[in-house]
Amino acid sequence: MYLLPINPEYVESIIEQERPDSLMLGFGGQTALNCGVKLDELGILKKYGIKVLGTQISGIIATEDRQIFKDSMKKCNVPVLKSKTVRTFEEAKQVAKDLCYPVIIRVAYTLGGKGGGVAYNEIELHEIVGRGLTASMIGQILIEEYVGSWKQIEYEVMQDYDSNNVIVCNMENVLSMRVHTGDNIVVAPSQTLDNREYHMLRSAALRATKHVGIVGECNIQFALDTESEKYAAIEINPRLSRSSALASKATGYPIAYLSAKIGIGYSLSELINSITKATTACFEPSLDYIVCKHPRWDFNKFELVNRKLGPTMKSVGEVMAIGRTFEESLQKSIRMLDIGNDGLVLNRANGKKYDEEDIENHLLNHDDYILYYVAAALKKEISVEKISKLSSIDPWFIEKIKNIVDTEKKLKESKLEQSILHQAKKFGFSDKQISRAVQKDESEIRQIRKKAGIVPVVKQIDTLAAEWPAKTNYLYLTYGGDKNDLKVGSEDQGIIVLGAGPYRIGSSVEFDWGTVNMVWGLQENGEKNIVVINCNPETVSTDYDICNRLYFEELTMERILDIQEFENAKGFVTSVGGQTANTLTPQLAKHGINLLGTSAEDVDRAENRSKFSQVLDTLHIKQPKWQAFSNITEAKNFAIDVAYPVIVRPSYVLSGAAMKVVWSQVELKEYVNEATNVSPDHPVVISKFMLNSLEVDVDGVSDGQNIMIGALVEHIESAGVHSGDAMMCIPPWRLNNKIIETITGYTIKIARAFNIKGPFNLQFLIHSDQVYVIELNIRASRSMPFVSKLVKKNLITLAARAVLGKSIPKIPYDHWTKISNYGIKVPQFSFMQLEGADIVLGVEMQSTGEAACFGDSFYDALSKGLISVGYNLPKKGTALITIGGEENKEKLLQAAASLKNLGYKILATEHTAEFFSEKIGEIEIVYKISEPDRKPNIADLLFEGKIDFIINVPSTSTLEKYVGMLYDEYQIRRKSLELGIPVLTTTEIAESFVKTLEWLQNNETSKKPLEPYSSLN
Amino acid sequence: MSRVTITTKKAKHVNKFGKLILDDGTVLNGMGFGFSKTVFGEIVFNTGMVGYPETLTDPSYNGQILTLTYPLIGNYGVPDPEIKDNDGISKFFESDKIQVRGLVIHELSLVASHWNLSLTLDEWLYNEKIPGISGIDTRELTKKLRTKGVMMAALVVSDKEIDEKKIEKQLSDAQNYNSEEFMDDVSTHKDEVFGKEQDSVVVIDTGVKNAILRNIRNIGYKVIKVPWNTSIEKILSYNPKGVVISNGPGDPQKCPDTVKTAKSLIEKNIPTLGICLGAQIIGLAGGADTYKLKYGHRGQNKPCVNLENDQVYVTSQNHGYCINPDSIKNSEFDLWFTNADDKTVEGIKHKKQKCIAVQFHPEASPGPNDCKFVFEKLKNLMEEEKSAKK
Repeated sequence: MYLLPINPEYVESIIEQERPDSLMLGFGGQTALNCGVKLDELGILKKYGIKVLGTQISGIIATEDRQIFKDSMKKCNVPVLKSKTVRTFEEAKQVAKDLCYPVIIRVAYTLGGKGGGVAYNEIELHEIVGRGLTASMIGQILIEEYVGSWKQIEYEVMQDYDSNNVIVCNMENVLSMRVHTGDNIVVAPSQTLDNREYHMLRSAALRATKHVGIVGECNIQFALDTESEKYAAIEINPRLSRSSALASKATGYPIAYLSAKIGIGYSLSELINSITKATTACFEPSLDYIVCKHPRWDFNKFELVNRKLGPTMKSVGEVMAIGRTFEESLQKSIRMLDIGNDGLVLNRANGKKYDEEDIENHLLNHDDYILYYVAAALKKEISVEKISKLSSIDPWFIEKIKNIVDTEKKLKESKLEQSILHQAKKFGFSDKQISRAVQKDESEIRQIRKKAGIVPVVKQIDTLAAEWPAKTNYLYLTYGGDKNDLKVGSEDQGIIVLGAGPYRIGSSVEFDWGTVNMVWGLQENGEKNIVVINCNPETVSTDYDICNRLYFEELTMERILDIQEFENAKGFVTSVGGQTANTLTPQLAKHGINLLGTSAEDVDRAENRSKFSQVLDTLHIKQPKWQAFSNITEAKNFAIDVAYPVIVRPSYVLSGAAMKVVWSQVELKEYVNEATNVSPDHPVVISKFMLNSLEVDVDGVSDGQNIMIGALVEHIESAGVHSGDAMMCIPPWRLNNKIIETITGYTIKIARAFNIKGPFNLQFLIHSDQVYVIELNIRASRSMPFVSKLVKKNLITLAARAVLGKSIPKIPYDHWTKISNYGIKVPQFSFMQLEGADIVLGVEMQSTGEAACFGDSFYDALSKGLISVGYNLPKKGTALITIGGEENKEKLLQAAASLKNLGYKILATEHTAEFFSEKIGEIEIVYKISEPDRKPNIADLLFEGKIDFIINVPSTSTLEKYVGMLYDEYQIRRKSLELGIPVLTTTEIAESFVKTLEWLQNNETSKKPLEPYSSLN
Repeated sequence: MSRVTITTKKAKHVNKFGKLILDDGTVLNGMGFGFSKTVFGEIVFNTGMVGYPETLTDPSYNGQILTLTYPLIGNYGVPDPEIKDNDGISKFFESDKIQVRGLVIHELSLVASHWNLSLTLDEWLYNEKIPGISGIDTRELTKKLRTKGVMMAALVVSDKEIDEKKIEKQLSDAQNYNSEEFMDDVSTHKDEVFGKEQDSVVVIDTGVKNAILRNIRNIGYKVIKVPWNTSIEKILSYNPKGVVISNGPGDPQKCPDTVKTAKSLIEKNIPTLGICLGAQIIGLAGGADTYKLKYGHRGQNKPCVNLENDQVYVTSQNHGYCINPDSIKNSEFDLWFTNADDKTVEGIKHKKQKCIAVQFHPEASPGPNDCKFVFEKLKNLMEEEKSAKK
C-alpha cells in the first residue's frame, strides 16, 4: 500500500520496486484508467511484462475515444448519435451547422463530463470548444446532435473472460438527458419503460459490452426517445463508477468484489451470490422496491457559482433511498441529504414566493431546486402536460409528485384520520411534515400515528424479490408492507453506530473511515451485534458485510427512533459520523437512549459556546473574545468593541456552513440573518478574528483517565482558511517546544474536564506566542485517518475501547513526536466543475477531497501531496505573480527572488512588477485581462499556454475583497483554472510551492510503502 | 424546444373492495380494481420487473392468480389490443385475452404514461372481466408461497362489503388447479396459418405465446398453428419442415394426446422443438418423468447453463412443472441445459433423433432476448434435413 500520486512516473517506480505481474485499472475511477492508458502508451507495461487484468487497454480505448467508440457501436449494430470529432473551432463550426443547433460538445478523457457543454449558437460554441480542447488530454472534442428531452437510461453490465454477461440493474434519470447522470435524480429500476424498451436496451447493452471486450463491470448509457423505440448509445464507462456503486447498493449485488474475481479469471457462473450463498452470481437481480438516488450540491458554499444543471457534473455527494413507492423513496432521499428539508413539501418556511413566469423559467432551465419548482408549478395548477413539455420530465414522475402535493392539501384539510395518515406515510411524509400541515408537535404526530397502528416495517434487500431464502442483514424501512422480514431477539440486541450521511463539503470519506473502524473496533472488543445506520451509496460503511445489520436509512430522529423501537439496542455511538450524528446526541439522550462514550451533557458543554467558555475560564485557558447574541444591536456593539474583522457562526455547524469573516456593519447584518437560518434552534456566536495567527489541530482519544494524543497538526495557511481547506502538516514546523508543551497541557486538561470517552478534536490558534482554544469537537475529526496512518496508531480502534468503558493503553503524550516521517494533507478542489465559482479560500470550507502523502522531509511529503491533487511542478518555466497589498508583497519577496535564482521567468502586473523590480531586478510587465488592448496581456499568455503557474494572492486581509470582488483577479483565477494552470492564492502556499520547486532541483521524492498500524499495547 | 407527445391516462376502475383469501386461512385486504368478481385459482408469483401486458396474456397462467413481486405496476399502461403485425399476429400481446384469473400487486399506478398506451391496466382488466387487488404486502405473500408452496386462493373484488366467511366456504369447494383441464380454453380450435412461405413449421398449440409464432416467422417459415390434440397424420399432411410443441398451462400428463403425437414425431425423426410445457411433453414421450415444483419458476432472471459449452444465459421462465432430472438417465435424452441455481432440468436433446426441448422461454416477451439462438438450432435441424434430402 503506497500513499503516492497516481501518475505514470510514480506508478512506474512502484512497478520497478515491486515487480508485479499484473495490474488492475478498473477500480480507481478515471484517474486510474487514464494512468493505465498512459503507462501502456509509454511502453512501461511492455517493458516490465505486465498483464492488464479485466478490460484490456484496447477495450478501454474503444470506449474512451469517441470516434473509435462510435465505429465499434456501429459494428455491433447499436445506434449512436450523429456526431463528429473535431480538433479546431473552424471544424466545430462546420459540424454544428450540418447537425443543426443545439449541439452538445463532449470531451474525451476527462472526469465527470468536465469541460463539455450545450451550445445553442455559434458564440456559445466558441466558448465551449475552446475550453473543451484544453481540457481534453488528447486535444479532441466531439460535436453531437443534442437529445436533451430523451430519456436517459443506464445499464450496469458484468462480463467474464468467457463472455458470459448479465445486467446488474438498469436505472432511469428523472431529469432526462438534459442533466449529467451525476447531477440527476435517478431511480432503479427504470419506471417508464415497457418490456420491449427495457429488453431492447438490455440486448444492446450486452451486444456493445461483448463487442468492446469488457471484462469485469461497465456502465452503458442510452438515450431513448419519448415517443418511439428510437434509441442511441451515449457512452460506456469501462470501470467501476459512481453508477456501479449505486447499482451495487441498489441491488445488493457486490459488483466491485465480483469484478475483481472475474479479473483474476473466475467465470460468472463459478461465483456465488453472496446474499443467498446458494445461488449463482450469474443472474440478474430482481428488486421488489424502488431506489431513488439524489445528488447533494453544496452550491451555497461558493460565491458567484452558476447553479444551473447540465452536462457538467456539479454535485459533491449523493444519497440513496429505498421504498416501495416512488413518493416514499423520493421524500426519504430529500431528508437524507441533510440540507434542512423534511421532504418535497411542508418544509420550514423559507419565505420564497414563486410567480408563474419564474416557475416556468426554472422548469426550462434546471437548477438544484428543479423538483421544488415542479411542486410549485402543480400548486399553481400548471398542467402536468405543460410541466413535462417545459422540463422534459416524464409525466409519470410529475404525476407522482402531484400525489405528494395533493396529499399535502388533504393533510391540511384533515383531522388526521387513519386513512389519510397512513396514505401520507406510504408517500414518504415525515412526522415533521405532517405536524406542519396540522400545526401540531412532531412528537404528538408520532403518538397519534402509533396509536393508530401506523408503523413502518423492516424489509430485506435480497437480490431475488424473496424468491429464494436469504438471510440478509441488508435492511430498509417502509410503510409499503404489513410484516417485518426479521425479528431481533434479545440475544441479537447490540450497538448502533450512526454513519455520516451524504458526502458533502466538510464531510467525506474520513467519517466513513471512522464509522467502519468503529464497527471493527467494537467487534474486536467482543461485541457481536453491531448495527449501522447510513444512507450514502458511495461508502464502505454501507456495504452490508461490514456490520451485523445495516439499515440503509435516514439519519433523522424519527427514523432512528423507529429503528431503535425495533432493535432495542443497548447503546448508540454518535461520535464517528461527523457533525450529523453528533448533532443528534442531545435529542437521542432526551429520548432515553443510552449513548456510549462521552455523555450528552458533556457533548453539550462543548457545543454550547457559553458553557464551553465557562469551563475554559475555570481552566484558565484563553480563547478569542466572543459573544453569543440574539439581537443585532448587541452584536454591532460587540464588533465595534473588539474591532472588525469578526467571525460570525452558529453553534452546532460543521464545515463552516454560514460561518463568515465579517469586515463591516452592513455585512454583519446580512450574515446574522443567514446564520440564524441555518441553525434556528441554537444561538449565534461572534468572535474576534485574529489576523496573522497560526492554527493547530489536535486529534486524540480519551477513556476519561488516559489520554492519547494522536498528533499536533499545523495548518500551513494562516488562520482564516477553513481547516478543511488548509494544507496540514505533522509534525508542526513553526511551533517552538514551549507552545507544543502548552498545547499538550491544555489538551489533557480539557479532555479531563469534559470527561471525554472516545475521540476528540481540539483546535488552537497561536497569536503572538499565545495559545487560544477555538473549539472542541467531541467526535472523530476530518484529520483522524491522516493522523492515525502517520503515527501508526488507529485512533478509532482506541476510541472503540473507550466508548465501551474499557481503558486505553498509556501512551506517552509525545509519542507522535517520535515518528520520523513527515505527513502533509493537501485539499482537492473541484472549482472547475462549478462554473463561475471563485477559488479564493475563506472560512467556509470548499474543498471536496484531499490527498495525504508522507515523506522523509517536509518538502518530500509536500511535493508528492501537490502532485497528487493535480499541481504540475515544472522544473523550469514561467510564473505570473500578481499580489494585492504591500504586506503580502513583502512576504513573498523571498519566494520571488528564489524563483528568479532558479531560472524561472517572472511576469507581473504593473504594481507588483514595480515593487519586485526594485528589490530583485528586472521583471517583465504584463497587462490585466480588463485592459485587453494593452499587450502583452495576461489573457493571451494564458490561452497560448505561456504561463506555467500563477501566484495570485488577493488582498484577503484588507477590506477590499469584501466590499467588492476584484473582478480582474477573479477572471485570472477563473481562466487559469479552466485552462488547468495552477494558481496559488495564499502567501504561505506560494512560499511552500516555491520552496518545493527549489527542493526538487536537487532531490528526488521517496517512494515507500505505508506501514501498518502498530499494536495498541 | 423539441415537441414531446404526451400520452397519459387516469385509472377509472379503482377504489373497490378487495380481499385475497388463501387456502391456509390467510386473509389480506386491499384495494380492488378492474372487474368486480370473485375468482378461484392457484396463486403464484412472478419476479419480473417489466412486461405485465405480455405476462398477463401468457396462456401458461391460465387458471392462476398472479402476484407480481415488483411493487409499482401499471406505470406505462397497456397498448392497443387491436394492433396486429403484418402476419395478423397480435403485436403487443401473447394471446387474445388476459389469461390470469386475477392479479395481485402492491401499488397500481393511478396514472399511466407512455407513447404507446391505449388503456390503463385497471381499464384493461375491467374490459376483460378480470379482478385485481393492490395494497398487498406482496413480499410477505411471496415469502409465504416460497415456504408453504403454491396454493389455492380466492380473489374478490366487489362494489360492496365482502362476506369473508362465504368466500372461505366457496374456496374450500372450488376445483383444485391440479385437477383442472385447460387445453380446451387455451388451445386453438381450428388450424390457423401465418405467412405465405413454402416451408412451414407446425406449432402444436398447448397454449402458445404469440412470441413463439413471431420467432418462427423471423427465421423464415410459414406457421401453421394446430389444436393441442391434432393427430400425427393431420400434422404430416402439411408436410412441415419442423414442429414446435408450445408452452402452456398445467400438468403435462394431462395432455396424453400430445405426448402420443410427440412420440410419433420422434420416431419419424421430424425436427421438433419443445418449449416449456412442450419440453415436458417431449420428455414424457421419450421416457422421462415430470413433477410439480413447490413454487415454480416465474421470472426473467433465471440463469441456465448450456452444458455443451458452459455458457450461462439469463432466461425468462414460467412453469410449475418440470422434468425429473433423475429420470433423464433412463430416457432417450441427454441433458442440454440446467438451472444454475437449483440444478433443475432446463433443456434436453434427443440422443439420436432431431428433437430438442427447452424449459425456459427462448421467445422472451416478456424477458431477455438472449436465447433466440434456440430457434436457430431448430432451423439448423430443419436445414440439415433439406441438405440430406438433396
